[in-house]
Amino acid sequence: MKLNVNGKEYEAAAPDDMPLLWVLRDILGLTGTKFGCGMAQCGACTVHVDGQAVRSCVTPAASVQGHAVKTIEGLSAPGLSAIQRAWIEEDVVQCGYCQPGQIMAAAALLAARPHPSDADIDNAMSANLCRCGTYLRIRAAVRRAAELAGRTA
Amino acid sequence: MSTPSGLSRRRFLQTSGALVIGFYVAPRSGLAAMQAPAAPALPDPNAFLRIGEDESVTVILAHSEMGQGVWTALPMLVAEELGCDWAKVRAEEAPAAPVYAHPAFGMQMTGGSSSTYSELDRYRYAGAVAREMLIQAAAEQWKVDPSACRAEAGFVVSGDKRLSFGKLAAAAQKRTPPATVKLKDPKDWKIAGRPTKRLDSPEKVTGQAQFGMDVRLPGMLTALVARAPIFGGTVKGFRAEKAKAVPGVKAVVQVPSGVAVVGEHFWAAKLGRDALEIDWDPGPGADLDTQRLREEFRAAAGTPGTKAAAAGDVDAALKSAAKTVEAEYEVPYLAHAPMEPLNCTVRIGADGAEVWTGTQFQTMDQTVTAKIAGLKPEQVKIHTMFLGGGFGRRATPTSDFVSEAVQVAKAAGGAAPIKVVWTREDDIHGGYYRPMYVHRLRVGLGADGKPVAWRQTIVGQSILEGTPFAPMMIKNGIDDTSVEGVADSPYVKGTASHLVDLHSPKKTIPVLWLRSVGHSHTAFVMETFVDDLARAAGQEPLEYRRRLLSEHPRHLGVLNLAAEKAGWGRPLSGGRARGLAVHESFGSWMAQVAEVSVASGRVRVHRVVCAVDCGICVNPAGVRAQVEGAVAFGLSAALHGELTFKDGRVQQSNFHDYPLLRLNEMPEVEVHIVPSSEKAGGIGEPGVPPVAPAVANAIFAATGQRLRRLPFRLA
Ligand code: FES
Ligand code: FES
Repeated sequence: MKLNVNGKEYEAAAPDDMPLLWVLRDILGLTGTKFGCGMAQCGACTVHVDGQAVRSCVTPAASVQGHAVKTIEGLSAPGLSAIQRAWIEEDVVQCGYCQPGQIMAAAALLAARPHPSDADIDNAMSANLCRCGTYLRIRAAVRRAAELAGRTA
Repeated sequence: MSTPSGLSRRRFLQTSGALVIGFYVAPRSGLAAMQAPAAPALPDPNAFLRIGEDESVTVILAHSEMGQGVWTALPMLVAEELGCDWAKVRAEEAPAAPVYAHPAFGMQMTGGSSSTYSELDRYRYAGAVAREMLIQAAAEQWKVDPSACRAEAGFVVSGDKRLSFGKLAAAAQKRTPPATVKLKDPKDWKIAGRPTKRLDSPEKVTGQAQFGMDVRLPGMLTALVARAPIFGGTVKGFRAEKAKAVPGVKAVVQVPSGVAVVGEHFWAAKLGRDALEIDWDPGPGADLDTQRLREEFRAAAGTPGTKAAAAGDVDAALKSAAKTVEAEYEVPYLAHAPMEPLNCTVRIGADGAEVWTGTQFQTMDQTVTAKIAGLKPEQVKIHTMFLGGGFGRRATPTSDFVSEAVQVAKAAGGAAPIKVVWTREDDIHGGYYRPMYVHRLRVGLGADGKPVAWRQTIVGQSILEGTPFAPMMIKNGIDDTSVEGVADSPYVKGTASHLVDLHSPKKTIPVLWLRSVGHSHTAFVMETFVDDLARAAGQEPLEYRRRLLSEHPRHLGVLNLAAEKAGWGRPLSGGRARGLAVHESFGSWMAQVAEVSVASGRVRVHRVVCAVDCGICVNPAGVRAQVEGAVAFGLSAALHGELTFKDGRVQQSNFHDYPLLRLNEMPEVEVHIVPSSEKAGGIGEPGVPPVAPAVANAIFAATGQRLRRLPFRLA
């Protein structure tokens, strides 16, 4: 199958039913996208398809052919995005495993709503689990990212 | 994880064969043994740091980074003494080697909330010794006395002369390390003691950080293991034809824990495993049932157990008490559910083996791997990857997930490295749970409302029984991890007549330490029960605790600070009510005040004010993060966490039926740190124990409902 990931064309020899998550990780070697549950419960595998946050663990890779896939690796090229800078400034991460998914979810939120309300943040970010409990700093970092993006825009 | 207290190396070697090596002889028992002993010799800085020609300072970590921040805190200790430029500091995980053994526990490991405080001396000394060697090298070049030189911001300076560490490193390495060095007084610290941002953020926000799950090696295959659906079950027979017919499946092999399907990638291995046909012998656990366990544990709680703490004549004291209060408590089995499911990659070669994994127990893993692969431990290289959470699950005395992966690699044969991956369902079904416990209490109060008799029976599986730790850590039939927080509680110890006893029923369910271990249930019991006692005594809960803890200044310190910051006693609006809890664990003291409301049967936790006394604090930002995270962890257990058994099987399987706290449920958390120059305590775990009781006490204040079971279910 042909996939467009982070602006690059890939030819992946994968069965059609293989979830996008595993094509990204095991075939394309893009391991920034994480496996947490495999059933759309945790958000660790969040990527963007045409700018929308999707759970790659339940998205057949074949279904995104002809669409633009963006992963955490694509978010930081070239250089850190405002969201990633906000994440560093707010010292969000702990173990870090959930964070690529959190950041991709936040990126989709901010693209749709550059000035999210607290309720918007709670709505958009509650599908992403963090066992380390970094939620308060995630909230703070989303707000800060909105500010940072506003400043450079 | 708990304290391997009172470990004795000789006794250990005598009693447990050669599985674990080199435990330090702890000079004291109990909590005191957790504190690092004075370093017998100064550490070799070469083992702990590397200075590059590019001026980078790489600190080598004897502990695993699992979110708790050793990646930042240990480098801070080195940098403080070394006098380097913080911006040049990096970190990396140490290989498994004796020099990286835990200063108190004698094996390379991460647990017991001990990583920072146990290394307070060793990492500072490593930095200080290296600094002296750099100074000597510069002094020699300049032909000046070393006392005329000092280290600052990555340079050795003397008068107007300056040489960078990077330029001096090669010459410094040839110097003889000094026999003694003096450490700075913590009050003169410039780097340590200040809130410092994590060093691992850049790689963790870009997806570059390498967790065990992310290991990719040439020719690597991925395996999933079908394990017995019932603990203690075994494979009677299996048919692999359908599994082998799945495209990408390379091999199907039997291992002691079940049947492994090896594939080109996860998806092939997963579909292959789904297609396996296995005939299981269910074994003795086939009728395991939570309802029956509950009845059995409750019945046991009414009978005398093995004594864990006793003083006076508790029966007589109960009879003569002015008032008695009784209660029964229950907490369920819990899974750690770290966000990164377990995984381990193994390559077995002719003359050695390599293991890539996120582990808390390197020495155990190395020893077990060597044994299975028929190698010497030094032929086994352990690559410690970032851990996507540990919480104790990656510290198994049996090295379960590592030994299984080695078995798979061995059974598969061939030179290809194999990564064994657990799915979330495997993780939830995989055992090594926080055990279920039942507590029964009967406490008599005197005329002044203070306890005069304290009778408490605890029932629950022993974590340590059957592990290599048992000979040293189960004393007189008591597994300390079952009774910690009760047998040593100031409430119990302060009651003239008391008796704490324990039943440790044996079950097929594998159990393990989960973040805060025994304190995860004992604090809930003690701190809600003390609220009941206060009520029975007609006293206000804070005031009552102050009276019972009047001889315990550090309890009082955090209690008063949390109460003040939370505005204890001041009226609240919006149906909110407050609850309080205070508990000591892992050498630190923690009080929390929770603000809660209950509407249409749902508990909402709005705010948790925490006061912590962890002695000397290395990274206040890290302490804050740990306590916030502990509140989330404690709330997951208090509001959601429960594993149940039916017909031998665990009934939950993934986050839809084993929910964790989500962002929209996260309360505001305030963390107030008591300034202290006392001996440093732990911080990874002490934030967990007070959460459930503080919330339970607030629920009582809001509704009058006393909840004595976790997770909370309102009537
Ligand atoms: S792995 Fe996809 S939502 Fe959890
Ligand atoms: S940072 Fe560890 S799970 Fe979120």
